[in-house]
Amino acid sequence: MYRGREGMLSWMLHRVTGVGVLLFLLMHIVDTFLVGFGPEVYNTVLAIYKTPFMRVMEVFLVAAVLYHALNGLRVILVDFWSAGTRYQQQMFWAEMVLFVVLFIPAAYFMLKPLFG
Amino acid sequence: MQVRVRIRRYDPAQDQRPRYQEYVVDAEPEDRLLDVLNRIKWEIDGTLTFRRSCAHGVCGSDAMLINGVNRLACKVLVRDLGSTITVEPLRGFPVVKDLVVDMTGFFKAYRAVKPWLINDETPPPTERLQSPSERERFDDTTKCILCASCTTSCPSFWSNPEYIGPAAIVNAHRFIFDSRDRGAAERLDVLNSREGVWRCRTIFNCTDACPRGIEVTRAIQDVKRLLLTERV
Repeated sequence: MYRGREGMLSWMLHRVTGVGVLLFLLMHIVDTFLVGFGPEVYNTVLAIYKTPFMRVMEVFLVAAVLYHALNGLRVILVDFWSAGTRYQQQMFWAEMVLFVVLFIPAAYFMLKPLFG
Repeated sequence: MQVRVRIRRYDPAQDQRPRYQEYVVDAEPEDRLLDVLNRIKWEIDGTLTFRRSCAHGVCGSDAMLINGVNRLACKVLVRDLGSTITVEPLRGFPVVKDLVVDMTGFFKAYRAVKPWLINDETPPPTERLQSPSERERFDDTTKCILCASCTTSCPSFWSNPEYIGPAAIVNAHRFIFDSRDRGAAERLDVLNSREGVWRCRTIFNCTDACPRGIEVTRAIQDVKRLLLTERV
């Protein structure tokens, strides 16, 4: 394992979350497509999303989308802001702070019904 | 102090696959890793093979993967490496023997960007004048010693050895942004190709690995932005 720093970590997370979101998107295309088979089929399949397991998976999905979006903004700044390459590490940690600030409340409200 | 040095070794005449060999050596904290490798080669095991030439961080011969990062063995001190040191050959090149890698592809990529002054205009009677700010524009990329630390730290290069790599881009940058040079267009053609700058994912391993402190990713981004703004 090469001991890369913030840049390598951010890129690996970007890849993993990108693939994760893509897999969800494929699944989502399939479940939306099922509406063509009538409301009963659609409702039966969509009920799966209401299970506690899927709720937890959705929390992971929110995490993946949030990270990918925030890091995407960092990548845009690295690409188009002339000083972007000099502040990429600071931008990564700022991104981590933003991630925690946004993700913790989102996860709290999403998981609350499971315990309440 | 005593250090344990784990070296990834491979002798194509004997070994089916690379193996790790450990040596326990006495070393001063202020010794460079190169001193330790020399001690192993000279006093313990003469079969250990590695490149070194100037031994002072100028020639770029002894770049290797040291404790998981690319460094020059002649620039890193034992005290900064801990008591167990892992030394491996640069990644992404075929291993010739032990720590010696085949750099043919690396220099092919280097030559592809035409790293020399291109200017067919009639030479002026004296020197081609340049202002300090024009010189400053490419100062950082003049420092490259072609050690390949950057290129072999790059995940894009590991997965695709056809990628021209950070070192070639740095050396293209040195001429593209030189006001005396007229060859930017032909170099940018190479760098705008399938295996050119767009393979860079701004991972920054190259910038971290450069023993000369060149802001490698910044140079690559300069070239990308030039391609975006100057040409269609």
